[in-house]
Amino acid sequence: MMHTNSLYQEVILDHNRKPRNYGKLEHPSHHAVGHNPLCGDRLDISLQLNEHDQINAIAFQGESCAICKASASMMTAAVKGKSRSDAETLIDEFRDLATGKLNTESPHHLGRLTVFSGIRDLPTRVKCAVLPWHTLHAALNSLDNASTEAEQDPVQIVTDNTSSA
Amino acid sequence: MINSANRSSQSGTATTDLDWEKIRNDFPILKLKVDGKPLVYLDNAASSQMPQPVIDRLVRYQTTEHANVNRAVHYLSEVATQEYHRARCKLQQFINAGEDREIIFTSGTTDAINLVMHGYGRKFIKAGDEIILTTMEHHSNIVPWQMLASEKGAKIRVVPINDQGELEFDEYEKLFNEHTKFVGLIHVSNALGTINPIKRMIDLAHRYSVPVLIDGAQAAPHLTIDVQALDCDFYVFSAHKLCGPTGVGMLYGKAALLEAMQPFKGGGDMIASVTFEKTIYNTLPHKFEAGTPPIAAAIGFGAAIDYLTEIGIERIAAYETTLLEYATMRLNEISGVKIIGTAAEKTAAISFTMDGIHPHDIGTILNQDGIAVRTGHHCAQPVMQRFNVPATSRASFAFYNKKSEIDVLVAGIKTVQKVFL
Repeated sequence: MMHTNSLYQEVILDHNRKPRNYGKLEHPSHHAVGHNPLCGDRLDISLQLNEHDQINAIAFQGESCAICKASASMMTAAVKGKSRSDAETLIDEFRDLATGKLNTESPHHLGRLTVFSGIRDLPTRVKCAVLPWHTLHAALNSLDNASTEAEQDPVQIVTDNTSSA
Repeated sequence: MINSANRSSQSGTATTDLDWEKIRNDFPILKLKVDGKPLVYLDNAASSQMPQPVIDRLVRYQTTEHANVNRAVHYLSEVATQEYHRARCKLQQFINAGEDREIIFTSGTTDAINLVMHGYGRKFIKAGDEIILTTMEHHSNIVPWQMLASEKGAKIRVVPINDQGELEFDEYEKLFNEHTKFVGLIHVSNALGTINPIKRMIDLAHRYSVPVLIDGAQAAPHLTIDVQALDCDFYVFSAHKLCGPTGVGMLYGKAALLEAMQPFKGGGDMIASVTFEKTIYNTLPHKFEAGTPPIAAAIGFGAAIDYLTEIGIERIAAYETTLLEYATMRLNEISGVKIIGTAAEKTAAISFTMDGIHPHDIGTILNQDGIAVRTGHHCAQPVMQRFNVPATSRASFAFYNKKSEIDVLVAGIKTVQKVFL
């Protein structure tokens, strides 16, 4: 019954059913809310950077489709324990993967996240997969103006971009 | 309602099914395969497909009739002008307008509403005035009025809807007072399929001497429209939801109102004379058709009206009702599927949600089976808020759809449930 080329592979369905790091940190150093006005998806990401600029805690919550939720869940698992700059590398690579710009044959750091490569054939769903990554980027760069994001991508990162660090 | 209608529609299906299959063959795009699967096009409320006679008409226009209209004296210009005018007359007949100059070609429904907002609203709506809209308006009949309200210091008042997705008429009546100056009302909800009792609502508004604009984008493809019987002040819709081309739509307005309004766009064709001291505006309908109009699209619009009229809007509506009843019955049989919008009077559009599954995931998985449905907020976010859902999936049917396609949809929905089991 299932299509072999389906985006909805078991790993994605599993993360959708049992999202990792779901919730909100009580005292985050960084926080952002991502919003996709076209489909109503809303994602809240909070994280804690330690003194070595490493993400030692991260959590997400929100209303979204399975692709967005699984992407967020796998993202939090992937960046936890990583330095800020490693996380930014992953963000860039994931955006390239989703938009079909990444050559998956060349060295990259995405690992199992390449399960999302099929999204590049579904332009209307790219923003679902990318929203968590944009939101993470906004959280990590809490001094940046959120509207710059919107110019860069149809996915808008709006407001609530706070840093209490 | 659905049960009794269902019983009465059982008889005679054998003969009408044959006709509809033949009609379906007029639509070349329906033979398309998506990823090897036959296309099941159930997004007709967003845009309908074009039959061969309309495609042929566009080709004939471009190959033998094209020039600019209302200008030159040469042969082609006269042919184009005449055919463009004939299209206007076809629309006049289609909605039973009293005069052809009451039909204004616009770029679509949204453009027509904006024309009325600028031409009527900016001239006649003042600070403290009130505009009545409904919860189920499309954004295109909300945002222009909000823009006007904020510019003028006017106020928007909103008619609520009940759990079935029907307007609450008593509440509508309560909204009227001496400040009420305009009513904007959707004839058929694009998100819910609800057919609104517009005749009663227009009559009530007129008791307060308030003009009414009817957004007929979803109604014109499915219902017989008689603007004189309705006595509406403005009626608007687009061609592309009536098997016509994109880029053209129409505004009907009562001649006296159109005369009193200020022009929306300035430019060529809408003037009688221009000097730098003073410009005299042209007569109706030209006053509202600045610049070169969408001539080809308007002529295609006329051909689409001919096509639909030949089948008969009432026959179309009756057949689509059988599709609606069958689809409603089949979707209600699937546990975990909830239909949003269960009004007694509906066109053949079904919005639904599935427990725990986001509409965009539903849409993507259905697409893998060649099924085209709309997923999202349908440009009607207040409706989504009313039903407390972020979005829905919507299957909307046209007369060229068939029951077997509803079976494919039902199988597709079951596949979605299996994926997310």
